[in-house]
Amino acid sequence: MTQYMISVMAIEGEEDYPTDPAELQKLYDDVEVFNQKVRDAGAWVFGGGLTPRDSATCVDNTQGQNIVTDGPFAESKEYLGGFWIIEAPDLDAALKWAAEGSRACVGKVEVRPFQSEPPEAG
Amino acid sequence: MTDREPLDLTAADLAGRIEHVFRAEHARVVASLARRFGDLDIAEEATGEALLLALEKWPVDGLPPNPGGWLTTTAGNKAIDRIRREGRRDDKHRQAVMESERRGDHEPATAEHTGAIVDDRLRLVFTCCHPALAPEARVGLTLRLVAGLTVPEIAGAFLVPETTLAQRLTRAKKKIKDAHIPYRVPEAEDLPDRRTAVLAVVYLVFNEGYLATSASGEESAPIRGELCAEAVRLGRLLRELMPDDPEVMGLLALMLLIEARRPARYVGGELVSLDEQDRSLWDRSLVAEGHALVRECLGIGRPGHYQLLAAINAVHTDAATAADTDWAQIATLYDQLHAVTPSPVVALNRAVAIAELDGPAVGLAAVEPLALTSYTPWHATRADLLRRAGRLDEARAAYDAAIATSDNEPERAWLRARRAKTS
Repeated sequence: MTQYMISVMAIEGEEDYPTDPAELQKLYDDVEVFNQKVRDAGAWVFGGGLTPRDSATCVDNTQGQNIVTDGPFAESKEYLGGFWIIEAPDLDAALKWAAEGSRACVGKVEVRPFQSEPPEAG
Repeated sequence: MTDREPLDLTAADLAGRIEHVFRAEHARVVASLARRFGDLDIAEEATGEALLLALEKWPVDGLPPNPGGWLTTTAGNKAIDRIRREGRRDDKHRQAVMESERRGDHEPATAEHTGAIVDDRLRLVFTCCHPALAPEARVGLTLRLVAGLTVPEIAGAFLVPETTLAQRLTRAKKKIKDAHIPYRVPEAEDLPDRRTAVLAVVYLVFNEGYLATSASGEESAPIRGELCAEAVRLGRLLRELMPDDPEVMGLLALMLLIEARRPARYVGGELVSLDEQDRSLWDRSLVAEGHALVRECLGIGRPGHYQLLAAINAVHTDAATAADTDWAQIATLYDQLHAVTPSPVVALNRAVAIAELDGPAVGLAAVEPLALTSYTPWHATRADLLRRAGRLDEARAAYDAAIATSDNEPERAWLRARRAKTS
């Protein structure tokens, strides 16, 4: 089994989340239904949505002195809105979860495998 | 030595036979090693080493009785050598090797194993054409691993530097490994989409050869013309691997029927349009094979994109002269094609058939609204219909627009000649 990160990518100014509370609630419900499906399949590792990126803080302790700055790391318009980490036997299985997740959260997603397999249990 | 080939073959004969064996067996050897070791890189490199060893030994000893089995066994040993040498003793490889040993996968190719071997090659095709890989990487991997072309051959055919192609292939193989792109035939529910992706790769190879040949003249691009033959070979392999699939038959039929007309398409380096081609130059055996495939696939009753394109080509190749063309049938087939894969290009081709049936004015009415103003054939079709409708000034202007949008010299020359006749 390989762990994959399914990142929900957003583009600044192009977020088209529903503003209507009922529609927004439906989106949350759809995501929760999806999350439960992933859990029931035993593929769930972790997942969640992130707060807006102006809540981000950068930390740089690479040069001997720790520097803390307000704001996101990347200046780009694209940013991470949330993510899932799932476990799947191969990319095809991961892409299937990604397709369902994309539909549930109404967002484009990026799928990336983690570097190495997690240690075998037991 | 009794089971060896006699040694009285000339060196050139032998080199030809060895080349033939390599090309015929490449996919089988790579595919079985990829399954056994779960690593395309190891499979490719070990296959290459086995081929080198064969090149040393076979000219001296003659071809072994089962060259494919010899290559598979030798390549398998080379792969094990490499895994040992690199101390690759991690669980995954050991597990893969142990599993395969238990299943007896390492047995050399014999008749009893044909079923499993066919599956191996199909697995390899689906891995090379995986939608998670960039389209140019899919083409490169398929030509390298399935068709067995070398990196310099592929780079030459696609006019890219060898280093660029090599990097592209390395990156694709790394992604297959890192992202765990599976090495298997897709599940039934995904099969139609994934099959379409495979067919697209083969047709892309064919078109690259076909259009490139057109662009620079038949003689000047021998390597690129080879791509058509390579695509046909891949089409035949897919037909062997997926014998009941009508779209697979349709694609092969389509390529055969286009390939059959190639000898008539250029005369003295000049492009000859379908209606003016010398039909006696067409390759009759390819036409016959293509027609039989079209009948077979349409008989299955699940028409698709490639089947319909093949059927349209078959109507053309079935006509003894251009005047005998059954345009009503072509228009009907374009209607069906438009229902399967709607596009303005399909609509344009349908309009050409309509113009043949109902006259240029009716054809023009169908052509004018299409949003294809940067597409040379749209201008050329419009010009031809305007000419036939007697609107010569407008026809000449349309030819000028067609010439301006074309970057293909033989095509421009053909359009200039057409324009000159419009007076």
